[in-house]
Amino acid sequence: MTGTATKVWALHLGVLAALLAAQFVLPAYHAGNLARIMVLAVYAMGFNIAFGYTGLLSLGHALFFGAGLYGMGMLVALAGWGAGAALVAGIAAGGAMALAVGLLALRTAGVSFMIVTLMFAQAGYLTILYYTPYTRGEEGIVIDRAARVLLGFDLSQDIIRYFAAFALFAAALLVKLALVRSPFGRVMVAMRENEERSRMLGYDPFRIKLAALVVSGIYAGAAGAAYGLLFGYVGASFASIQYSILPLLYVLLGGAGTVLGPFLGAVLMFYLIDLASGITTAHLLVVGVALLVLVLFAPKGILGALRDRGLKWLP
Amino acid sequence: MAAVALLEARALTRHFGGLRAVDGVDFDLAQGEIHALIGPNGAGKTTFVSLLCGRVPVQSGSIRFAGQDITKMPAHQRVRAGIAYTFQITAIYARLTVLDNIALAVQSRGAGNLAAESMAALDRVGLASRADMLAGELSYGHQRLLEVAMGLALRPRLLILDEPTQGLANSEIDAFKDLVRGVVPEMTVLLIEHNMDVVMDLAQRITVLNFGQVLATGTPDEIRANPAVQTAYLGG
Ligand SMILES: Nc1ncnc2c1ncn2[C@@H]1O[C@H](COP(=O)(O)OP(=O)(O)OP(=O)(O)O)[C@@H](O)[C@H]1O
Ligand SMILES: [Mg+2]
Repeated sequence: MTGTATKVWALHLGVLAALLAAQFVLPAYHAGNLARIMVLAVYAMGFNIAFGYTGLLSLGHALFFGAGLYGMGMLVALAGWGAGAALVAGIAAGGAMALAVGLLALRTAGVSFMIVTLMFAQAGYLTILYYTPYTRGEEGIVIDRAARVLLGFDLSQDIIRYFAAFALFAAALLVKLALVRSPFGRVMVAMRENEERSRMLGYDPFRIKLAALVVSGIYAGAAGAAYGLLFGYVGASFASIQYSILPLLYVLLGGAGTVLGPFLGAVLMFYLIDLASGITTAHLLVVGVALLVLVLFAPKGILGALRDRGLKWLP
Repeated sequence: MAAVALLEARALTRHFGGLRAVDGVDFDLAQGEIHALIGPNGAGKTTFVSLLCGRVPVQSGSIRFAGQDITKMPAHQRVRAGIAYTFQITAIYARLTVLDNIALAVQSRGAGNLAAESMAALDRVGLASRADMLAGELSYGHQRLLEVAMGLALRPRLLILDEPTQGLANSEIDAFKDLVRGVVPEMTVLLIEHNMDVVMDLAQRITVLNFGQVLATGTPDEIRANPAVQTAYLGG
């Protein structure tokens, strides 16, 4: 037991240490990519809490990411809020949106749940376009450099941006690790594995799934708000269906139901697309082929496959 | 009966279309007894206990448990109120470890020391040495045992066992009988069972269901001597 805990902490703290060091070693271009990847990985980690651990396959997570992004962005751009307060509001918006969607969508399951969440997200996307006078629609909102100052740090500077992304990522990773190793984490997995059995152990499936979805929404909201602040842009495309599929791809590639899988998947997918778009304009084809190979040879994703092949302790 | 009733069902009914799976059943459980529920295949036994534990909604009639009307209470709340059900078809978490399976039951009822109490619950059924195995890798008999252990770990007031000895070897059945004898009178046991040796050995009272209705209720001797039961079930 304690041997396992040591290995788990060593691995995750090791990854964080490596990411911290990367800023000093990597060329600026890759460090910039990594900052972006870390924020997107937070989004994917949230998706994984719902999908990988609790078994809730949502196709509408862009709504929660978008709630964080626009919640933050509109408060800064229209109401003149400071970055810190707007960030907190964005995180809360992600959680509140997940709560509202969950209260309705969790009355369904399986394919119906996928469709209902997809519809909600689509409605959210269209709402953003409909209120173009406030949201600036397709064109989006550019967040002024002056507004992107958090606790005295200028988030538009590369190094600061990297460390801000890292801080968010580290917090999200450690909270997730603690969550999935907690008794509540075990109940989330129990819902995924056998809902009826779990009900007959005294757990209310609706409440457990709703709680997991809200945590998931908080992660997505945090990632969305941070993305807007760090990169200075809030646009409707981030609330589109594409951004609902993105975390699913990351999670499938890295390993659903693993703590580090979403990050690993995000890194690989990001660079896969980056490389492919340098070679061909049909880079989505490359993504498709990669996913096909994955489904055929490692259906549980990279870390899922490793867990099956000896690393049983991997959380 | 002079004993205190733990559970009282009145005119309990559940039809599936035209099929009268459970049809106007009156049923009492005394605190601390082992009560067997028998009847031919399709008699409505599983459906009847599913009404008691809340897996299947009641169509009409009422259920009182420990002095409280639970007719409309959702299943998970009934578990918290003290009714545990072990499935006829083994329902464990096959892809989780044996320890995680039992821990889910232990943490549901609330435990001071989750790890220690989970191991103790496994020890009680002799599965402690297999704690780190995946539950799906256990032998069939051990999976049945784990299912029962999860029910016990909830420390229910009423434990409903749906054909727990199905597919077990004789030696395993003997161990199972000892286990059940050990939980009364703190718990009350409602046992659905086709193996008549187990029924006659364990039960203080027996209820016979047939076509969704109660054919007879009584002590093992009364049931054995009942001509209607003999024709319908015991085969003369
Ligand atoms: N959900 C359902 N929908 C339709 N019919 C059902 C349903 N559940 C049970 N039945 C039917 O109700 C009748 C009683 O079934 P039940 O499972 O309660 O019998 P049982 O006494 O437990 O039988 P066995 O000894 O085979 O387990 C059967 O005819 C069964 O097919
Ligand atoms: Mg049955």
